[in-house]
Amino acid sequence: MRHIITHYGYSDGSGDYYITIDTDKCNGCGKCVKQCPQSALQLETMLIDLEDKTAASVTEEHRKKIKYTCSSCKPESSNAPCVLACEPKAIKCTWNPH
Amino acid sequence: MITVGMDLGTQRVKAVILKNDTVVSRGQAFSGFDPTKAAEQAVGEALKKANLKISDVAYFVATGSAMEMAPYANSTVSMMGADAKAGVHIFPKARTIIDVGAEEARAVKCDKKGVMVDFVVNERCAAGAGAFIEAMARALEVKLEEMGPLSLKAERASPINASCVIFGESDVVSLIHRQESKPEIARAVFDAMADRISSMVHRLGVNPDVVLVGGVAKDVGFVASLKRKLGVDVLIPEFPDFAGALGAALAAASRAKEGQK
Amino acid sequence: MKEPSTIKDEVEFWRWREYHRVVQGKKWTSKDIITAGVDVGSVSSKAAIMINGEAYSWGITRTGSNSPESAKKALDWALEGTGLKLSDFKYIVGTGYGRVNVPMANKAVTEIACHAKGANYIWGPSVRTVLDVGGQDIKAIRSDETGRVVSFLMNDKCAAGTGRGMEVFADLLKIPIEEIGEISLKVDQEPPPVSCTCVAFAKTEAMGLFRKGWSKEKVLAAYTRAMAVRMANLIDRVGLEKELVITGGQSKNIGIASRIEVILGVKCLPMPNWRENGLDPMIAGALGAALFAKALYEKAQKS
Repeated sequence: MRHIITHYGYSDGSGDYYITIDTDKCNGCGKCVKQCPQSALQLETMLIDLEDKTAASVTEEHRKKIKYTCSSCKPESSNAPCVLACEPKAIKCTWNPH
Repeated sequence: MITVGMDLGTQRVKAVILKNDTVVSRGQAFSGFDPTKAAEQAVGEALKKANLKISDVAYFVATGSAMEMAPYANSTVSMMGADAKAGVHIFPKARTIIDVGAEEARAVKCDKKGVMVDFVVNERCAAGAGAFIEAMARALEVKLEEMGPLSLKAERASPINASCVIFGESDVVSLIHRQESKPEIARAVFDAMADRISSMVHRLGVNPDVVLVGGVAKDVGFVASLKRKLGVDVLIPEFPDFAGALGAALAAASRAKEGQK
Repeated sequence: MKEPSTIKDEVEFWRWREYHRVVQGKKWTSKDIITAGVDVGSVSSKAAIMINGEAYSWGITRTGSNSPESAKKALDWALEGTGLKLSDFKYIVGTGYGRVNVPMANKAVTEIACHAKGANYIWGPSVRTVLDVGGQDIKAIRSDETGRVVSFLMNDKCAAGTGRGMEVFADLLKIPIEEIGEISLKVDQEPPPVSCTCVAFAKTEAMGLFRKGWSKEKVLAAYTRAMAVRMANLIDRVGLEKELVITGGQSKNIGIASRIEVILGVKCLPMPNWRENGLDPMIAGALGAALFAKALYEKAQKS
């Protein structure tokens, strides 16, 4: 069965900003949630294949402003604390200012 | 020695005349669809105030989004470079310069000589610039200059969609229909702007002194929200919207001196 | 599916038509698994009723300021003329941005999952990529042959490309919204897309283009192109795989759809004839929710 890849973030006039979470790789350990200095991550229960699964997600509050929320972690460097904290390597950041 | 700095912005062109590193006059004109002509007007106005002629000017430097359309220009300087120069010239201890204009916002980290070290910029999305406040003022049916004083009367902010000017406008209209308080909506607008700008600054690190320039620096509502968000004092020069032009004029002075050597 | 019921409010609101429909010739008994999906969106609320996993009736209505009321209004409309009552439902799933505020729902499921499931129901198992362009957001969804989501993103941060964004262009260029797609195609040569996609800056940008002597059609074409490029980028991000379908209000904008086809080099599956007897691409989310309702009910029965 193919993994479910979730892209949080957006493209606007200024560029593309996404945090991508592989919901199958994510083991719901919550280490990224603890490491995020902006409290932008949470554990969320999602219905996947009719089962409730707990996985990390970007909080509703931050989804529409992650360009700003995440900027101090330099997400383009792939050394963001959430990325480093994730043992199964389920989190990726994409930062493309135009 | 007389030098001139021109800042060709999206809304207005600003010009500053320097005589031996001291400002002698300023001029400005609306950019309209002909920034070249607007720059001629702005420079003309400044020269007239100082009783000078074009031929008296040793060196012209242009900056701003339409800098390549500048008349008279001997050379150009980046907007970030101009901000850094002007910020440190006015406030020698300035190390972080924030510039919020009508269509763009940027933050510049600089050294004690006013040389840019790092910068972040937000462009092409109106939600991160002065255009956001203007649009919300229109939706609130409040004059732009009244937005700031109005917001200071609020104790809390109304919830609005601050992610996009277009969605924000619809939200403001429905809040007005629900007879929500205008000061609280105005406060939300400034808080949202300050939130974005402070995150941008945090990327560089908040190195005091922090200086705010650009047209939006004249807005007391924005300044109050930004100070709250950043948690440090924010210095504002007397003519914050002329900072870019001043930086260009300072660059012109140093380039003219180099040329004389 | 035969006779459509009355279509109301034809001209009053540009984004979509408020209407309800009952599929003719279908009967239900108390032994059937009757489920409903209620999709409360930012602009419209949709409810779909299914009998044993097959579309039976639906209602599309405006979302008011109150999500629970909008959900009830949509479901009441879907119930009209069916003889069904609330107690006949085995399971109801709520979805959409107001999904947690659907009072009659047994469970809330994300709209992404429901859209993929619903598109799979409308167009069949060949659907792999769904672009949903609504009034205030754009969703790009990749799914497998069963309608299970494998990759998705939702962009509700920015108005560029959404129905709301297109409305601003319509006002700006003084072109009726229903004609905006057709008119954007009336150019001899496709102009390059505008470089700045921010809708708030469009006014000054468009003025500049008019001063350069561009026609309304050409300006509109350049904008529509830029919007289509953005949507194509979103699709690229989740990974394009054939077949592609477009749902939501903007699926009816031919200027957008045809440009996406050119940019991506693939044809979209044709729109069902929703005005006559086909399923409406706008109810994809509600249909998907009703299908989830059936699956969840059956799962509960087994355990």
